[in-house]
Amino acid sequence: MKTETIAQPVNAVGRAPRLRAKRRILPLEYTRWRSLQVLLAAIFIFLYFPIVSLVAFSFNNSKRNVTWQGFTFDYYVKAYHNAGLHEAFIHSMIIASVSTLVSTIAGAMLGLALYRFRFGLKGFVDGWISLPIVIPEVCMGVAMLAFFALIDFPLGLTTIIVSHIAFSIPFVAVVIRARMAGFDESLEEASRDLGANQLQTFWNITLPYMVPGLVAGALLAFTLSLDDFVITFFTSGPGSTTFPIKIYSMVRFSVTPEVNAASTVLIVLTLTLTVIAMAIQGRSGKHMAAK
Amino acid sequence: MSRAIVSIQNVSKLFGSKVVALDDVSLDIEEGEFFALLGPSGCGKTTLLRMLAGFEIPTSGRVMIDGEDMEGVDPNRRPVNMVFQSYAVFPHMNVASNVGYGLKVTGVPRSEIDAQVEEALALVKLDGYEQRMPSQLSGGQRQRVALARALIKRPKVLLLDEPLSALDAKLREAMQLELVRLRNAVGITFIIVTHDQNEALSMANRVAVMNGGRVAQVATPAELYEFPNSRFVADFIGKINLLEATVAGMENGRLLAEAPGLGRVAVPFSGAAHDEIGLAIRPEKIRLDRGEPMEGRLKIRGRVREIAYYGDESHVFIEDGGGIIITANVANDTRTTRGPVSVGDEVWASWAPADTLVLTE
Repeated sequence: MKTETIAQPVNAVGRAPRLRAKRRILPLEYTRWRSLQVLLAAIFIFLYFPIVSLVAFSFNNSKRNVTWQGFTFDYYVKAYHNAGLHEAFIHSMIIASVSTLVSTIAGAMLGLALYRFRFGLKGFVDGWISLPIVIPEVCMGVAMLAFFALIDFPLGLTTIIVSHIAFSIPFVAVVIRARMAGFDESLEEASRDLGANQLQTFWNITLPYMVPGLVAGALLAFTLSLDDFVITFFTSGPGSTTFPIKIYSMVRFSVTPEVNAASTVLIVLTLTLTVIAMAIQGRSGKHMAAK
Repeated sequence: MSRAIVSIQNVSKLFGSKVVALDDVSLDIEEGEFFALLGPSGCGKTTLLRMLAGFEIPTSGRVMIDGEDMEGVDPNRRPVNMVFQSYAVFPHMNVASNVGYGLKVTGVPRSEIDAQVEEALALVKLDGYEQRMPSQLSGGQRQRVALARALIKRPKVLLLDEPLSALDAKLREAMQLELVRLRNAVGITFIIVTHDQNEALSMANRVAVMNGGRVAQVATPAELYEFPNSRFVADFIGKINLLEATVAGMENGRLLAEAPGLGRVAVPFSGAAHDEIGLAIRPEKIRLDRGEPMEGRLKIRGRVREIAYYGDESHVFIEDGGGIIITANVANDTRTTRGPVSVGDEVWASWAPADTLVLTE
């Protein structure tokens, strides 16, 4: 009787490894291929190691950014007290905020018009709006510079903002248009049918549907503006240095942890914005997904 | 009762310059009716419904609702409401906001809205669902929201665009009864668009059959089934056996016709018939016999080619020597697994002369 009671658990344990035995990899289970797992890891390291090291070395207690000397917050303090860097940061924030606001509204209107209406030169306008997306930035920069020179407009924050709005609008328009492609037009008809006028229908029905697209478009416009170098370089004047241009000029002397610290701040800022945007999109997207 | 709440007068609709969606349609729909627009896809029935709601504008003709010309009247100012095929329940609003939307946008005070929403939800048996989001509802529940949302506006006419097409068979049947119950409860005119003849016949008290942008026939369901006015209506409503025949003359109020397989027959007919006519018989009016049926009945002899079993009845396909195929519906009214006939049997299919339809169009 004793042997029998023991025999059963042994038997059960003995069967367990067979259940856990390596299952054959099914044709579509690519994630279980060893070679692809290695490739995936390599890609992740390649993409993220530079960023991780940049952040890590911003805490390095050394004038040169070559060897690890010890942990410190000194360079954050230093960067904060660097008047030029400080000013450039403020400039970048002003430019990014204003250009995001304007380009999101204008781009949304353009995207909505392209989704909604059929008009004579629609095909032409359709291709033309994506021009700023495809042409090389340096050409955009030269064109902008030539334009402002032509109308004799002094270069400064205004010219940077105008240029940023110009290249952000198409991105927003494309995002909004893609969002609207899944819109059920009978929602608008239902709203009208229930007694709402055009404006009420837009405000109550169409706009809430657009929100995830607006958030995505605004985020795109903001980050594009924040890290734009080439076009900004061409259209900035004296006293309108932006953050990326300032960092570039600092790097030309030497790569100090101060530069790393400033860049880390920028990374944290954009990451935070992205997380907020994704949260907003997730919340309104959840209800919108099910028709 | 006999006041036209909706009057469609010589309405035509062209999309572009070539596509004719509606071709000189005239229809009067009376107050309190449950009216169905029935037809195959592309027959113009949805265009007509959308025209009543104000989403399509007639190319020519007039639409009157409750005695008023609707020309130039926007959808939000019409005394009609619509239940959309996709339900169009606003996805970002909960059930209560959806149902109360039509009152909110027209400036009804909040306190009144809540009471009316409660009432409307009770009407469609959705009480307790106020706070649910549409994504948490089933298809049938969303449809009830769409119904409540339209009914809360107390429209003169409720328009329903293929309201049952997205539901599964069992739910569809329940909703058919539910819609009839609702119509009786609120007493307003319902106009329903459908391509499903069963839906139209079982719910509506009058049906307009449409084909190619025209109204083929307007009649009660029984009239449509038993007295269709054309080959199209006869074929579209239910199943029918159609035999092409030639007119041989008239004799004491009976039409003499000659048809292959039938020979020369006399059927009751009042009216004018030209050379070519169609003789049509509903499958359930046909009787099958092994011996020759009695004198006076129209009959065809043939061989059973196929039997389709449906439980309550079987459809027996009989082919005569000349290639004519007759379908007869046989009720399975005794409890047995063997039907009265089997494939390959020689049988007589026969029917009474009075059950023969003469179709001139």
